[in-house]
Amino acid sequence: MWIYEKKLQYPVRVSRPNPRLAKVVITQYGGPDGELAASLRYLTQRYTMPIPQAKAVLTDIGTEELAHMEIVATLVYNLIKDAPLEEIKRAGLEGYYADHDRALYFVNAEGAPWTAAYIQSKGDPVTDLHENMAAEQKARSTYEYLIQLSDDPDVSDTLKFLREREVVHFQRFGETLNLVHEYLERKKYY
Amino acid sequence: MDPQGLNLLKKIMALEFTCIDFNLYLDTHPDDRRALAEFNAASDALAAAKKEYETLYGPLTNFGQSPSPQAWRWIDDPWPWERTF
Ligand SMILES: [Fe+2]
Repeated sequence: MWIYEKKLQYPVRVSRPNPRLAKVVITQYGGPDGELAASLRYLTQRYTMPIPQAKAVLTDIGTEELAHMEIVATLVYNLIKDAPLEEIKRAGLEGYYADHDRALYFVNAEGAPWTAAYIQSKGDPVTDLHENMAAEQKARSTYEYLIQLSDDPDVSDTLKFLREREVVHFQRFGETLNLVHEYLERKKYY
Repeated sequence: MDPQGLNLLKKIMALEFTCIDFNLYLDTHPDDRRALAEFNAASDALAAAKKEYETLYGPLTNFGQSPSPQAWRWIDDPWPWERTF
């Protein structure tokens, strides 16, 4: 069961319409290292986690990533909402516009649609947790590239918050991996 | 929304962030008593701030987690993506 909270996890503000920035930020909505992929990866891996800590971590981080997906969507929505068509064309977003107008859709920065091939669920908790640690690093790198590309300090502020969360998630997955290793060691001897 | 409402909402966001971060930490450190006490203090403060906000500005959560006395205010604008800070 999930409950919706009618608020963002972190405030979003954009200085002005900016379809050029929207075009790259959207990759954290529907791209390979984006928040949809992160959330669905963790929420589908949790069923085969062997210890309580791991089930909790995957449920909670998977849920937090949904809140991040909403933050990224809010950024993109506000960056293109009032953008004139001329600017949308100049930003190279006319292909996106043809298919989606100014609506939100799960694509990467080049317009490729989201695919479940971005994520894995292997049944081996050690393998899955390694995948998740790598995923958090990939998301961190992406946020750093987006911050480099951003010419809007308000957008950069939100991107920095999201980058910071990837660092924390990486840390928690690392601790979870250690706990799983301890559990597997114990199982060997008893 | 008036500035007081926005400030209250920001306070809720900050308190809930504290709760989220302690929650994740406690998932892998369930025996840390100090973190547990901090989590519970933040959780109490969050519940109080949410109650104050919801009385004035309507429910923050759906499906019965927040009451809706007098009128059904859940559908009221703005939704989170429409709010400018
Ligand atoms: Fe993350």
